[in-house]
Amino acid sequence: MHLETFTTLVFIGSFAAGMLGALTGLGGGVVLIPLLTLGFHVDMRYAIGASLVSVIATSSGAAAAYVREGYSNVRIGMFLEVATTLGAVAGAFIAAYAPTRALAIVFGVVLLYSAWLSRSQQEHEVTAKPNPWSEKLRMSGKYPDGHGGWTAYVVDRIAAGWAMMFGAGILSGLLGIGSGAVKVLAMDKIMRIPFKVSTTTSNFMIGVTAAASAGIYLARGYVDPVLVAPVLLGVLLGALLGAKVLARARVPLLRTIFAWVIGALGVEMIVNGWMGRL
Amino acid sequence: MRRASDDEKMEWAMGLLLRLGVLLAATVVIAGGMMYLADHHGTQVSYRTFVGHPISVRHPAELTGPTSLAVLDVGILLLVAVPIARVAFALFAFLAERDWLYTAVSALILAVLVWGMLRSG
Repeated sequence: MHLETFTTLVFIGSFAAGMLGALTGLGGGVVLIPLLTLGFHVDMRYAIGASLVSVIATSSGAAAAYVREGYSNVRIGMFLEVATTLGAVAGAFIAAYAPTRALAIVFGVVLLYSAWLSRSQQEHEVTAKPNPWSEKLRMSGKYPDGHGGWTAYVVDRIAAGWAMMFGAGILSGLLGIGSGAVKVLAMDKIMRIPFKVSTTTSNFMIGVTAAASAGIYLARGYVDPVLVAPVLLGVLLGALLGAKVLARARVPLLRTIFAWVIGALGVEMIVNGWMGRL
Repeated sequence: MRRASDDEKMEWAMGLLLRLGVLLAATVVIAGGMMYLADHHGTQVSYRTFVGHPISVRHPAELTGPTSLAVLDVGILLLVAVPIARVAFALFAFLAERDWLYTAVSALILAVLVWGMLRSG
């Protein structure tokens, strides 16, 4: 393909991936890697490298918008970032020894799992069940309820959430994704943090998690600047637009649409990985 | 309450840092991309086979390859530096708030990040 055509098409695709990723809080990587590998026949390692860099941009760009709106919780984010960064470094090391076929299959499974989670998830009530550790670790907070007031919340099952975050970090380092699905799962389902706080704090954490494995990816040559440029700029613009829409969007409908898309991509990745076509 | 207002200020400054950092990195990447497109007008591209393009922070001299690629590399490195700068910023903000617990948490994350950047090889 000609350089100009390739760059333009990759830019448009990345824009869509970035917007979808920001709207759902799951990050652009989950759509981007199938797009690059299945759609543009990019080697899995280049796709992972481009995704990782764009994930940093998405997270940082969108997080700036969320932080301003008061949804994300810096303390929860940073406490859990210790787990995700350690996991990410471990994951990046494992990735060096894993064949790309295996990575594609693991990635497909992650996609299917994300799809299943998005579909089955219900927004839980904000229960202000007291948890002494939530206060001790200064994680309790409040977020705008959309009617000019604030809703208070506390954090539950912190150790289990932390362990889950380590797993999210490993996946992030292994596959070059933000693994927002697992992060949101840990915060929303396990730690009982309200959904919007979970997704925005997840977005806030993703950049730091990705940066932890970035050095290893850069040194291994996974980050090709000519491929990364359109991916990065597309994802970034898409994510910024997505973040603007988030406050008004209907969350359940979005999740359903997104679940079907990533579910289908998951099957596609597993089949292609199994046949050795990636 | 003191903590709440300090946190708001810190989050506001953090948001600004993130926006400016990403904006700067994106500008450099746009510039490098334009230069590359001008240099390689109409060439064929394929990423089917993996060759590798190592970028190392430990050897800045290696970044001075063909100019457009070097500019793109610098843009990418700037972007990777944004979340690291965010953690460093948080470290000082928590230190100023005398929040020792979160100062330690920030320091720990920063140590892992720096280790990850330098361990590359």
